[in-house]
Amino acid sequence: MSWIETALWVVAPYLTLLVLVLGLVWRYRYDRFGWTTRSSQLYEHRLLRIGSPLFHFGLLFVIAGHVVGLLIPESWTAAAGVPEWVYRFFSVTVGVVAGVCTLAGITLLIYRRRTTGPVFLATTRNDKAMYVVLVAAIVAGLLATMLSSGLGHHDYRLTVSPWFRGIWVLRPDAEAMTAAPWPFKLHAAIGMLLFAAFPFTRLVHAFAAPIGYPFRPYIVYRSRTPR
Amino acid sequence: MRIMAQLAMVMNLDKCIGCHTCSVTCKQTWTNRPGVEYVWFNNVETRPGQGYPRRYEDQRRWRGGWVLDRKGRLRPRTGGRLRRMLTIFANPVMPSIHDYYEPWTYDYEKLTTAPLSDEPPVATPRSLLSGEPITVGWSANWDDSLGGSPETLVRDPIAEKLGEQVKLDFERAFMFYLPRICEHCLNPSCVASCPSGAMYKRSEDGIVLVDQDRCRGWRMCVTGCPYKKVYFNHKTGKAEKCTFCYPRVEVGLPTVCSETCVGRLRYLGLMLYDADRVAEAASVTADEDLYEAQLSVFLDPDDPAVARAALEAGIPEEWLAAARRSPVRDLIVRYRLALPLHPEFRTLPMVWYVPPLSPVVDALATTGHDGEDAGNLFGAIDALRIPVSYLAELFTAGDPGPVTLALRRLAAMRSHMRAVNLGDEPDPSIAAECGLTAADIDAMYRLLALARYDERYVIPTAYEGTTPGRIEETGCSLDYDGGPGMNGPFGETSGRPVPVSIESFHGLKQRQTSEEVTRDRVNLLNWDGRGAPKGLFPQRDTTEEP
Repeated sequence: MSWIETALWVVAPYLTLLVLVLGLVWRYRYDRFGWTTRSSQLYEHRLLRIGSPLFHFGLLFVIAGHVVGLLIPESWTAAAGVPEWVYRFFSVTVGVVAGVCTLAGITLLIYRRRTTGPVFLATTRNDKAMYVVLVAAIVAGLLATMLSSGLGHHDYRLTVSPWFRGIWVLRPDAEAMTAAPWPFKLHAAIGMLLFAAFPFTRLVHAFAAPIGYPFRPYIVYRSRTPR
Repeated sequence: MRIMAQLAMVMNLDKCIGCHTCSVTCKQTWTNRPGVEYVWFNNVETRPGQGYPRRYEDQRRWRGGWVLDRKGRLRPRTGGRLRRMLTIFANPVMPSIHDYYEPWTYDYEKLTTAPLSDEPPVATPRSLLSGEPITVGWSANWDDSLGGSPETLVRDPIAEKLGEQVKLDFERAFMFYLPRICEHCLNPSCVASCPSGAMYKRSEDGIVLVDQDRCRGWRMCVTGCPYKKVYFNHKTGKAEKCTFCYPRVEVGLPTVCSETCVGRLRYLGLMLYDADRVAEAASVTADEDLYEAQLSVFLDPDDPAVARAALEAGIPEEWLAAARRSPVRDLIVRYRLALPLHPEFRTLPMVWYVPPLSPVVDALATTGHDGEDAGNLFGAIDALRIPVSYLAELFTAGDPGPVTLALRRLAAMRSHMRAVNLGDEPDPSIAAECGLTAADIDAMYRLLALARYDERYVIPTAYEGTTPGRIEETGCSLDYDGGPGMNGPFGETSGRPVPVSIESFHGLKQRQTSEEVTRDRVNLLNWDGRGAPKGLFPQRDTTEEP
């Protein structure tokens, strides 16, 4: 195993986590006012009405797919009586559909951003760099799903998943990751970059998802002075 | 019973001359910044007219406010919480900038840089969003004073509701001005729509505010508010709204719009209400009953039981005294002159209006009748169906009863005072006919015509023994291009919020000294009147000086 692989699959995950957590804490303390979606719906809504839900809902399915694929060991699904080919069939079809939706959504959104004058003017360099990483992550993920799992019959649940689970118990299985085909490696590497960039880009709005809203009363009263 | 105090406003529409001073001073104070160029926390619209944003009253289109569901329970018109969560990625019914208007400036630079020619140079309009030349075709008061009537008036949502006859009657136009700010509702649907919980109603004075540090820019409040008085700052990506000038009222000063009102038509004061009964009042079945229902949640500060409960609830003695002297309460409860704007939205608004008698008086005067004779006026109020039903659609969900009563009382006052001024004996039957006594009419006249500053604005201060320095710390989003809060590393507005006074200081300096205010153009909108904005005049050639 080369030093590059060690750096990528052993050092980088922890660096990413560190940057993500510390970055979020720091941004929350430093920049609560800048923590927003920075919506451009006011300027343009027709393309946004299609592109944004396509992208975000696609992404929610993609995230759900990652949770299932990375966290549930193959032995569990096998014990539940799901044969490996059935699992793979569903993972590839759902993955490709969700991935294509996400990609189509973000393509539309970037097209809109570039062609609508006011939206483009409101785009920062930071945003542009973030879009490059985000699209690269999605494309690499789609490649991995289609080439390696779909056409190439690679079972990522024997390579990527053990490595990923290992990270959380402080025993990253770099050997397993090394055995994965290159699209998976590319996707994992870009993914780490994306997570490290999270606190420093507009992506941070994902961590403001209002999950508490359904459980609170409609009207919020607050005192002028905290009592 | 859960007693709460609410700072409320009443505007006497008869006195509004549509001068827009309130709008301009409000804009200078609160929305004189990039990102909110199109925003008017206070706007004055001509009625009949479409309003600002265009046709905001049409809730079939904009879906603001509350409705009763099949089981008779109150829910926002756009649906429940989960429904709102599912549409969070693209708000389906948010007005676009064109429903307000595309903000613009003028290419003033042309005026000084154009080469010598026979024609005078023209400063052409440029969009403040894209910088491109635009054709200005709509604004916050494009149809001001019935300008462009035949084309725009027919699209007035209320006129549409009233049908053909109103459209014909526009020929014999009746007209009045309607200044609008945030209603600071008792049952605010914007607050209910906010997924982040950033919007809140202050429990001390009922002012509805947006916590700029918690707002995440989901834009649901813009849809939720049926009055379209929550705006999206497109620079900061956050919601902003009328603050009822809380830094001023906290120290006992009236809001800027009230302070600068030329006609002195605004009244500020406290209302006490029972917060536990708000939901019940907002969910009465018939729209026409909402006015009475809202009246029923108000509490009488002169009632000893109410006073005791108020003190127990932590409302200071001083506030209770202010509630007893409240001019707003007199106009709303005692004389029933003031009415809520669009109670059918079920938000229980707290900026009320004394309906204008002037369309009626004008109609009488143009037909050669005596516009101050009580008999004529009473007859005209009943006969002039269009103004009354128009006002009823605006203030009582279509019920002409309360509008007629208020107008009759105003008419009675008019006629009574003429007799007084001419030295005649006022006819007590005129007052009696609309349920008042001569003494009531005198008091009413005093409040409507003579009331001085401290009678129009009865505002208890928010500070009991604490120093007013706290205003600073509540901070807000007054940012501007290149200021301390703007152009941080992660987007245009990242960084710590800066106290208002420091921001204003830097903002002023920046505006007065910066070379480029709006992409190579001099933006007079941001000029505070002090000094010459740099770039407006060519550089003075100092070499020629003797």
